[in-house]
Amino acid sequence: MSDNPEKSTSKGRKIVIIGNGIAGVTCARHIRKRDSAAQIFLISGETEHFFSRTALMYLYMGHMKYKNIKPYEDYFWGKNRLQLVYDWVTGIDFEEKTLQLQQHDSISYDTLILATGSVANKYGWPGQDLQGVQGLYSYQDLEQMEANTISCKRAVVVGGGLIGIEMAEMLRSRDIPVTFLVREENFWGNVLPKEEAQLVNRHVLEHHIDLKLVYELKEILDDGTGKVGGVVTSAGERIDCQFVGLAVGVSPNISLFKDTPLETNRGILVDEYFATNIPDIYAIGDCAEFRTPVVHRRSVEQTWYTGRMHGETLAYSLTQKPVPYHPGAWFNSAKFLDIEYQTYGVVPARWGDELQSLYWEHNEGKICFRAMFEADTKVLTGVNAFGLRLRHDFFDKALRNGSTIEEVLARLDKADFNGEFFDKGYQQDIVRAYNEQFDASLPVHKKKGLFSFLRS
Amino acid sequence: MKYIKPIGLTLFLASLVFFTSLLFLGQFRLTDAVLQEAVSEEHYPILKEELAPMIGETYDYNFTFASDFNAYFGAYNDRLRIEGQYEKVIWDDYAFSVTKAASIGFVADNKLLLLLLTIVAGSLGVLLYVLPTPQHKTGGLKQEGVYHSSLKSRGWVGIVVGTYLIAFYVLLYWFAEYITNWVLLADPVSIALSGNQASKWFMYGLIYTLAILVMGVRMFRKYRGNKYQTLRTASVMFFQLAFAFLIPEILVLFNKPWNDFKHIWPLDYTFFFEYRVENMLSSGAIGMFMLIWGILLVIIGVPLMSYFYGKRWYCSWVCGCGGLAETAGDPFRHLSTKSLKAWKIERWMVHGVLVFAVVMTAMTIANYFAEFTLLGDATGVVHQWYGFLISAAFAGVIGVGFYPFMGNRVWCRYGCPLAAYIGIVQRFKSRFRITTNGGQCISCGNCSTYCEMGIDVRWYAQRGQNVVRASCVGCGICASVCPRGVLKLENGPEQGRITDIPILTGNDSITIHQTVRS
Repeated sequence: MSDNPEKSTSKGRKIVIIGNGIAGVTCARHIRKRDSAAQIFLISGETEHFFSRTALMYLYMGHMKYKNIKPYEDYFWGKNRLQLVYDWVTGIDFEEKTLQLQQHDSISYDTLILATGSVANKYGWPGQDLQGVQGLYSYQDLEQMEANTISCKRAVVVGGGLIGIEMAEMLRSRDIPVTFLVREENFWGNVLPKEEAQLVNRHVLEHHIDLKLVYELKEILDDGTGKVGGVVTSAGERIDCQFVGLAVGVSPNISLFKDTPLETNRGILVDEYFATNIPDIYAIGDCAEFRTPVVHRRSVEQTWYTGRMHGETLAYSLTQKPVPYHPGAWFNSAKFLDIEYQTYGVVPARWGDELQSLYWEHNEGKICFRAMFEADTKVLTGVNAFGLRLRHDFFDKALRNGSTIEEVLARLDKADFNGEFFDKGYQQDIVRAYNEQFDASLPVHKKKGLFSFLRS
Repeated sequence: MKYIKPIGLTLFLASLVFFTSLLFLGQFRLTDAVLQEAVSEEHYPILKEELAPMIGETYDYNFTFASDFNAYFGAYNDRLRIEGQYEKVIWDDYAFSVTKAASIGFVADNKLLLLLLTIVAGSLGVLLYVLPTPQHKTGGLKQEGVYHSSLKSRGWVGIVVGTYLIAFYVLLYWFAEYITNWVLLADPVSIALSGNQASKWFMYGLIYTLAILVMGVRMFRKYRGNKYQTLRTASVMFFQLAFAFLIPEILVLFNKPWNDFKHIWPLDYTFFFEYRVENMLSSGAIGMFMLIWGILLVIIGVPLMSYFYGKRWYCSWVCGCGGLAETAGDPFRHLSTKSLKAWKIERWMVHGVLVFAVVMTAMTIANYFAEFTLLGDATGVVHQWYGFLISAAFAGVIGVGFYPFMGNRVWCRYGCPLAAYIGIVQRFKSRFRITTNGGQCISCGNCSTYCEMGIDVRWYAQRGQNVVRASCVGCGICASVCPRGVLKLENGPEQGRITDIPILTGNDSITIHQTVRS
């Protein structure tokens, strides 16, 4: 099918999506659900089929193989008449509404959806283009990482965020010693409050990752053959290594639109309907930048979940009736080595007097819970959970309804999403912590028995 | 510390090689006394004459002895068949009992020592290998290196192990006379328990139970900190050891019928066969209890328990097949195929076996009450075919032998009639479901990959839909391996159990629009 993208039996409008990541694929699926006639094309040169980008690390670690991270079986696309074009787009003619492809004939569109994703940041360090220096975003990056780490004695990972810790974990799974350079005072210090960040710091060290906080990369050294031989930190320290993982964030992948009429800034500029400055062209996912961001949200949203929501929303707009992007309470999740992280609503890294924070940490230092609420009204603004599983629907409702911290704590058992037999004692501990920290006297519900799950 | 694992592996492999080599050791000599003890009084004079060339001969190999026996024994029966004297044909399977009784020399003289040096030492080796596994204190464990392992990803080690297991089962079911030396090893244990010599099934039960216990310890290590997995594993270990292994032997010690109280019809497909029922009926109060207990389990126990807890109460907490799959089979769980096609095949096959078992049992019971006027010996033929095709070939050879090729639940998924029955209850009348956590799924695929039943869990999770499937055995591994805390096994009200969520939690764009519109 991908050999002849122009061939199509249906007579509907022609919607072409560049990018087969979560945003583009979700959009395509939802358009198909409501518009049976539309001709839908998904173009990608990265891989023929959609895969879960967040699962790339598991291939390297041997949890799964490539076929396991494809969320749909290969027959799915044909069955739903989603035409896959496995190729790179090399240019766009906005006048003629046509795309040029690297290997296939050019392809025309009625509606064009740009979902081109991101590229890894590089900040112009000397030596950043040496062999063995790379980011981790695409499938090709993963293949490169396989090749680059074959005979690696030590690796350096730069950047204390989600991809950085993933790369460190991947390398450790192959027993490669890792030095982890983090610019901030704590891991992910610009997002996580100090206590949570330090909890992760400790866990990183426990996994024998050489975490170096307040360290910046100054230069990457050539080993004399065009490959990386080491790095120099801002403190002037030299670390010998054969691999450098650059995980200092990602930026919208917009090189294709350079010097075109499409308006871009950091990303492709869109309004709340994902419309760009050119009619019939939309942008969703990592590559889109909102001219006016939604309150409490960034102008460029770079998570799996936002990509999916962009896709859902635009598909609805294109098939039913235009609706503005209106996400509910923020949520996100990650797994830092062994510790799961979930967050709902707004928990800033630092806050002023307008907010108050309830923090509880288990005495082993691997489980914690934080709830932020408004100082005057006690209305919950967000929660962080480490080593605990919390129910998304519970917090989605609580945040939407403006529940107070005390209302939430009184119903904490309803928020629990941990497995059966998980020690539910943390719920009482959190209420006790609240009573202590805020001089309150909320009732501490009795701990349920071992077989309480039988009654639920 | 770092040498413990290699030592364990070496010990296990050495024990396995030694265990295998036992088949080529020892000597066999058929004497008049041995023959008299091993065969019935009626057949003794006949066989004494037929086997005359063998008597007093010393054989150096199990293989040559059993071949000779089969040749002489077969020649006798063939002759009778040609002469049309079918009533004189000996149907009893004497090859195994005679060979075992004729064993002399190294193996027969050192049973206990050899048991220690092979099966026990091998178990110890596995324990040494699994115990130093790095501990994961948090529940959501990782599956590092699974696909880098030749054993676990259908590499050459996996192929060798699978072939060995298949060969083991083929010998066990159909050529037991060639593995009498293995059965001899189990004699000391059997005699200590029930006072009887070990049968091949006792030897199998011993190895089976040890496999569950030893690999259960591995589960404790691997899923450390995950209470659901720990308790579930402890449960299958207990039921195997107590209900499948010890209690039946103790019953035998007290001259009661061998009975596994957790083995439920139609998995226990012989439960309503004439000889079983008569055996129970002739064993007094305890026999009557066995019969009533077995019937109550089928008609009340299964539906009731499955209504409250789903299939898991049996399949991944109690069952022996499940017990082996969840312990020794755990390293292979990801090898089950998740394709839609497999699901279609699975539904036809597993329900087909259920129909086969039900029809066979109904025929048997009808025939029994009609005092065999109805179908005569026809039921016996059906029993034999079921035993051969389903019980031996499917449950045994394929069920376990295919662990390294098709995952650890091949039998449970495609063949077990009890699983099919409980599955129907679970699908249509149960409080059990696996719930998904709003919009948190990242479609990574760990859940689907590690689902031993081949359920594409991710398909549900990424749509925020509850997993309600007949085949789910509730092992809970999908929830354990999920890196984002998306899956949870729950029992709850039937209302709202089956969900369909068009737009995932977290995106209000469309719901708000719809509220405004309505």
